[in-house]
Amino acid sequence: MKIYVNGVEREGAYTRLSELWAEQSRENEIASPRGFAMAVNGELVRRDQWDSTPVAAGDRIEIVRAFAGG
Amino acid sequence: MLDNFSIAGVPLTSRLLLGTAGYPNQRLMCDAVRASGCEIVTVSLRRASLSGHGSDTLELLSGYRILPNTAGCETARDAILTAELAREALGTNWVKLEVIGDRETLYPDVSELLEATRKLVDLGFVVLPYCSDDPVLCQRLADVGAAAVMPMGSLIGSGMGVANPATLELICRRSPVPVIVDAGIGTASDAVIAMELGASAVLLNTAVSRADDPVAMANAMRLAVESGRLAHVAGRIPRRGRAEPSSPQLGLVGS
Repeated sequence: MKIYVNGVEREGAYTRLSELWAEQSRENEIASPRGFAMAVNGELVRRDQWDSTPVAAGDRIEIVRAFAGG
Repeated sequence: MLDNFSIAGVPLTSRLLLGTAGYPNQRLMCDAVRASGCEIVTVSLRRASLSGHGSDTLELLSGYRILPNTAGCETARDAILTAELAREALGTNWVKLEVIGDRETLYPDVSELLEATRKLVDLGFVVLPYCSDDPVLCQRLADVGAAAVMPMGSLIGSGMGVANPATLELICRRSPVPVIVDAGIGTASDAVIAMELGASAVLLNTAVSRADDPVAMANAMRLAVESGRLAHVAGRIPRRGRAEPSSPQLGLVGS
């Protein structure tokens, strides 16, 4: 199944958003989701909904965090 | 001692808000933030480059009130989503709302800005919109619930100071909410002028981050904002086109 994470095509078998987060955080050694947020197809998905939010082929998923800004 | 002011009922002592972008390194950013005496720092929200991103901006800024911006957004929709993501990621309902209508001048898109402000207020946000120095727009933004208005001094990053002092003074005099001059401040005297004109606070970034010595400039800005506020409260003398001697005119030697 193809999805788009931060604009980049990604292949994977995810049923829930929490699985994508688990994989991403494991790969990148991120201990806590604090400071991160996710949106699916232009809609915010709250952290407590990650586990119940399905992921479908073609979904556009954004993972964001704070950076320096003016 | 400077008088306090408040935004959305939150009392603040510092009248300087500082951006965190564009410093030569994060150490200088932290030192400059500290030297500025600010309580509020702005951050942006961006796609996380998850791989190999070690530095955590938020950790470095712990202890400060974080004001996320919607910089770069060009529609109300994108700005609202960015604000919602920021609230989720950072646990704050405050947002510096930017909706840009022109990429060359970074002028705000007035209609999108008003719409985004109205909707975000309905969603429970404390909205601080970056706007043009237009008294009618500032009034409309306050009408729809903006917690403060943030008219530009001049173009973002231009360092051109307060381009329209008479207009800015009018905005400050009329505004029912705090006026924070945002954008265009180039050096300390610009910040003094903004405050003397009656601004409640000044938000700046580049003037400090790109200064030869950001920490020294942050210190200068702290003093400038305090000085300008004190002068505003003290009340300046009227300008006049002729000389008026300050020493007594009677009892001159030899008269």
